[in-house]
Amino acid sequence: MNEAFAVILVDSTSYALRIEKLLKQQGLACKLIPVPRHLSSDCGVCVRIQKQEADVIRTLLQEDQIHFLTIEDV
Amino acid sequence: MIPTATGFPSSKTKDGALYLDNAATSWPKPPGVAQAMAQFLAEVGANPGRSGHRLSIEAARIVYSAREAVANLFGAPDPLRVVFGLNITDGINLALHGLLRAGDHVVTTGMEHNAVMRPLRDLAQQGIEFTQAVCEADGTLDPHRIEEAIQPNTRLIALNHASNVCGAILPIRAVGQIARRRELLFLVDTAQTGGALPLHMENDCIDLLAFTGHKSLYGPMGTGGLILSERINPADLHPLRQGGTGSRSEREVQPDFLPDRFESGTPNAVGLAGLLAALEWLQEQGLETIRTHEKALCADLLDGLINTPGVIVLGPQDAARQTATVAFNIRGMEPSTVGLRLDEEFNILCRVGLHCAPSAHRTLGTFPDGCVRFGLGAFNTAEDIQQAVEAVRQLAKEAP
Repeated sequence: MNEAFAVILVDSTSYALRIEKLLKQQGLACKLIPVPRHLSSDCGVCVRIQKQEADVIRTLLQEDQIHFLTIEDV
Repeated sequence: MIPTATGFPSSKTKDGALYLDNAATSWPKPPGVAQAMAQFLAEVGANPGRSGHRLSIEAARIVYSAREAVANLFGAPDPLRVVFGLNITDGINLALHGLLRAGDHVVTTGMEHNAVMRPLRDLAQQGIEFTQAVCEADGTLDPHRIEEAIQPNTRLIALNHASNVCGAILPIRAVGQIARRRELLFLVDTAQTGGALPLHMENDCIDLLAFTGHKSLYGPMGTGGLILSERINPADLHPLRQGGTGSRSEREVQPDFLPDRFESGTPNAVGLAGLLAALEWLQEQGLETIRTHEKALCADLLDGLINTPGVIVLGPQDAARQTATVAFNIRGMEPSTVGLRLDEEFNILCRVGLHCAPSAHRTLGTFPDGCVRFGLGAFNTAEDIQQAVEAVRQLAKEAP
């Protein structure tokens, strides 16, 4: 398994759950994890994805008008 | 779905009392509701959307699924536009107190519950005006009355979809179209109709839809809220409460995004787990099936009461033009006496008095004495109706 990850930062858990649902429907791997401290001081969660799928996922979210803040490498 | 003893809970309590107070709170609930709540407490139980661990995420997932189910039921544009709160009263208060500013005018009706009237009376002290469009004596509304009440400073039309007293259905789609044409916002109190009648935010031109979980959605108490259409900018709605949301914790100002802006504090996740199970049950049964069943029972009840000498039936007296809620009085007998005797001598549980709706009772001509209300639900049967009609018949015979 490729261990290079990226995370999708979102406004709140509800947004993360919406993204999780969409990615699962599309067969794209993801996991909700606490936001890494170095990316944000928020106490919420973010969506961890495979780094190599970040571009595909970014396009997918934009096409579906699913709101997110940024996608960051971790 | 005609409910039978097999597969459906009974409308009788453990001690054999017949429950006819569904307009206040539906009972019994579909069996999956209590099960889902017990399971949530026993197996999930963590704080949704607060901590990043898997149990917290699982709790948040249940809350999000409930949000989606509510959005689907009401034709909401987006699950994140569903704001959960304490109950529908909380949702109506958020809409009215959050939206209205001094100088605004609201058009409402003469059939409203205090959930709308009390906030409006309070807001009237702060320079907000309102007009109650006159309803007919049977509780119905001619939409032209709404149009006539509109002023240059009108900002909102607010009304209930059906009366909690007599079940009269108000023409929300026609009123919604008026609101859209006149560029006004439209708030609908769906306490009596959510889950019982078809409702669709877009088709009915609803901008603010207040809903409750514990009546015809068949969920538990402590669930409900407000759904915002895309015409409502969250920034234009002031939150009733501020506080922790599990998001943007580094900032001490309230978030501006939905639903967090309006959902401070730990939500009733156990209740929402129950609501989710209830909505799944509702979808399995189909609204149409339940409505057909309730309409048939309502027609039988109306028929029985109308043909009982000494009984005055209020409202439209037409099952197609009302919810399965029937209001009546027995000539010469106080509603409170009828209620007590039905409870003690006939083992029937209903609600009497003014039903938190003095305005509606004024319209129906029953203020301040009130009336007796039978609120039917999905689990009532034809036998229940016979029993209720027979009890009223006996009481009416004894009335002076």
